[in-house]
Amino acid sequence: MSYANSLYLTGAEIGLSIAGLVLLLATAWTTRSSARAITIAAVTALFGALIFNLSLANDGVGAAAFGGLLEVDAFSIFAKSLVYIATIACLIVAPRYFEDRGQFRGEFAVLMLFNAVGMGIMVSAVDLMTLYIGLELSSLSSYVLASFARRDDKSSEAGLKYFILGGLASGIILYGVSLVYGFSGTTSYDGVRAAFDADFSTGALFGVVFVLAGLAFKVAAVPFHMWTPDVYEGAPTPVTAFFASAPKVAAVAMLVRMAAVPFGGQAEAWQQIVIFAALASIVVGALGAIGQQNLKRLLAYSSINNVGFILIGLAAATPAGISGVLIYLSIYVFMTIGSFVALLMLRTEKGEALATFDDISGLSTSSPALAWCLLALMFSLAGIPPLFGFWGKFVVFQAAVRADMIALAAIGIAASVIGAFYYIKFVKVMFFDEPKGAEPAKAPVSHWVVLGLCVLVISPLGYLLTPWLGSVADAASQALFFAA
Amino acid sequence: MEFPILSLMLAVPLVAAIACLFLNAGSARMVALFATLFNLALGILLWINYEIGGAQWQFVERAELFAGFSYALGIDGIALMLIMLSVFLMPICILASWDSITKRVGEYMAAFLLMEVLMIGVFAAQDLFLFYIFFEAGLIPMYLIIGVWGGDNRIYASYKFFLYTLLGSVLMLIAMLWMVNEAGTTDIPTLMQYDFPVDAQLWLWLAFFASFAVKMPMWPVHTWLPDAHVQAPTAGSVILAGVLLKLGGYGFIRFSLPMFPDASADLAWLVFALSMVAVIYTSLVALVQEDMKKLIAYSSVAHMAIVTVGLFAFNVQGLEGAMMVMLGHGLVSGALFLCVGVIYDRLHTREIARYGGLSINMPKYALFFLLFTMASIGLPGTSNFVGEFLALAGIYKVSTFVTLVCTTGIILGAAYMLYLYRRVAFGEQVNADAARMPDLNAREWAMLAPIAAAVLWMGVYPESFLAPMRQDIATLEARLASVAPEYDSALTVGTPDEHAANYIAAEHGSEGEH
Repeated sequence: MSYANSLYLTGAEIGLSIAGLVLLLATAWTTRSSARAITIAAVTALFGALIFNLSLANDGVGAAAFGGLLEVDAFSIFAKSLVYIATIACLIVAPRYFEDRGQFRGEFAVLMLFNAVGMGIMVSAVDLMTLYIGLELSSLSSYVLASFARRDDKSSEAGLKYFILGGLASGIILYGVSLVYGFSGTTSYDGVRAAFDADFSTGALFGVVFVLAGLAFKVAAVPFHMWTPDVYEGAPTPVTAFFASAPKVAAVAMLVRMAAVPFGGQAEAWQQIVIFAALASIVVGALGAIGQQNLKRLLAYSSINNVGFILIGLAAATPAGISGVLIYLSIYVFMTIGSFVALLMLRTEKGEALATFDDISGLSTSSPALAWCLLALMFSLAGIPPLFGFWGKFVVFQAAVRADMIALAAIGIAASVIGAFYYIKFVKVMFFDEPKGAEPAKAPVSHWVVLGLCVLVISPLGYLLTPWLGSVADAASQALFFAA
Repeated sequence: MEFPILSLMLAVPLVAAIACLFLNAGSARMVALFATLFNLALGILLWINYEIGGAQWQFVERAELFAGFSYALGIDGIALMLIMLSVFLMPICILASWDSITKRVGEYMAAFLLMEVLMIGVFAAQDLFLFYIFFEAGLIPMYLIIGVWGGDNRIYASYKFFLYTLLGSVLMLIAMLWMVNEAGTTDIPTLMQYDFPVDAQLWLWLAFFASFAVKMPMWPVHTWLPDAHVQAPTAGSVILAGVLLKLGGYGFIRFSLPMFPDASADLAWLVFALSMVAVIYTSLVALVQEDMKKLIAYSSVAHMAIVTVGLFAFNVQGLEGAMMVMLGHGLVSGALFLCVGVIYDRLHTREIARYGGLSINMPKYALFFLLFTMASIGLPGTSNFVGEFLALAGIYKVSTFVTLVCTTGIILGAAYMLYLYRRVAFGEQVNADAARMPDLNAREWAMLAPIAAAVLWMGVYPESFLAPMRQDIATLEARLASVAPEYDSALTVGTPDEHAANYIAAEHGSEGEH
């Protein structure tokens, strides 16, 4: 494998890294007024990476770069595209929020770029060391992003909490990795799989459990979810939107690849962990959200809840299940970004956020278009047909039923009714209650465009995408199973 | 490729619903009325062109638009009748909301038109998951209708409605996934012929039962209904009672019975038991209600129990009777809610004691109300008589005890309906404001007269309605024949006596031998 080919396959990461470094220098030598231009440049770079990444789908599928450290296959292309799309959306809606608070700096876009590089490495890593490098690059930029509003106590608190708990999770992963390495003698995914297929000892099982526990932390699955509500609430809203979308996609993709490739032969060993995490996430995510007044906190619990459904697809441990995970993730990204953009648009003339249920009471009379968009998003998150969110749940439950895990599917779907309670509470507050808070101010066109696109995808029209989405996701999940 | 009339029937209200969202109150009302009348015309066209005794599935359309399921529509006689019921009640609902809904009219009309799309979709869907999508989607507009335009306690009622019915139906989705995995198709007509393993049928039946029993609603999961009915605006109650409750019965007749015949037979005792409790208990509860809408809501539960016993009689009379009760109840309970709405619009209370002697100042109203009261009781010549008689005749063959209990329920039905009528329409005019209420106006005439005509038509010449369904019910009965229960009241053919009764045994020897 020549270097040229390796560089070509990792072109998106290299391009983004160069763009990030150049923009970093640019922010250092220009005034803060250049922040908007830098954000636009970063968005352009991400668009370029997205297009380059999609073009790889035509020729470079299934190729390993740098002697088997990174793999470019249909799976990584799928996950990376989602990550880039989510990052672009978050960058587009961010400037207004930070400008309102006088916190807008070019570094924000730069950190997002580095984060995107890290996530790209995470989803295509096929070696434990590369995985860790990608994970840390992404996590470290995330810690800084969480405390980006550094004069705000809550934001600093969020950053600190995220850093300490994230560091702990990284440590757990590293410990697991060292155990896995110790019992298999290699860090390459294929090597680990071959070694484990030959002999899977208790020590190796511990390694697997530790790695999965650390990854569960990164995807915010119960019982490693405690940081999520605090961090989501404290971090600036565009950053929360980002946390709930792109890094979640990357972490789930990384978890899926890890479960399917190196630990693919030991599905029985990790399946029960995933089943527990899935059901616990659904129930805790649903119950925890019921008492919340703060909308960001509510959406944090909603994301925990959604991770539970995603993990049901993984628990099936079949190609159909992983394809379901990818379909769910794609729909989830649009639902989450749409919801958070709607939250960003809920601000008064002075720029204060309308952050609680009381603030958005009667929204359907003061801002009907926004209220209808939120209604669609909430019913979609609740998985009520004909909105597209139903399809995500449908495919993961179908995979679980096909894998003969009917009890899991039945309990999971029954618990989803608990979650429906707070989604319809959202609708109740907006539509049934009388207005009492301040009216939201006019939102910029960019926000409307992002929100409109998200709502269009999750509207019933989204079902027209199912044949295409299904075949792409199937190809992506097949890539993992052929590699194994 | 024939003309896609079913798709057109879905498209017309959908387009109108989107249009209504952007229109002001006056034009939204006109658009909604026009769209529903147009759909009614399409429905009549559908009925005229339906070939009785022709192919089982007619007006079939199919397009592979989605992954995992297809856009497949088609109707048999049963679906045709229920679609007719929906399109018939819809313009009346729009008229009923003409003056009483004043806030957010465009959104209201949009929600109703969306309801119409979903109801037609449910009855026309020939794909299992397409059915589920239409079936579940109905929650969203109904939740909004109750929550935004409902009465004082609307929020509690809307939550209860939403969560109750959602919990009922999610388990059905898992069962559907299993069925599709097992049978390898999502096509409803194929699945209706598929023989699922007998031990799996039990679980599948229970999962479907959870959904349909809540929709129906059967005792003891009926408690959402009185709340939802009472709090919903008049037209919302009409749609709930008229069509949405029929989704449960339709589900039994389309899914539970033909797809899981063995489980249906094994668990028929459960259905009978719940239905018997429902008939007696809800009738007694209805008797003591102070609120008119609540009374009619409880009476719906009792009527639906007649439907379920008829369905699980597994014979032609029972099935036909159940369908006729569904159609008749759709008309009559809808009309009764409209009658309540008419006086509610004038006095803004549903309390029975606030009215009295209305036949003096509102004679025309009292006449209509009397007709629908009698129809609800099941007086011969009205729609409900035909259905109840057939359903009870069907169940009589299976169990005389169930028939006894259910018939008692009908007597109780007469008691609570006549008692209601007496308190509202007869007697002294105790309340001055009630005594001043004007009689029906032209709009209210236009709402009630067509239903009255349909009720009488169905009572006098039910053949028009039974004919399209006859073949489908015969098919269903043939499917159920292998598991049909013994008739406990069937005549048993004994062994004939060898001789006539007055025969004197001769072989004892000749007289006086000893």
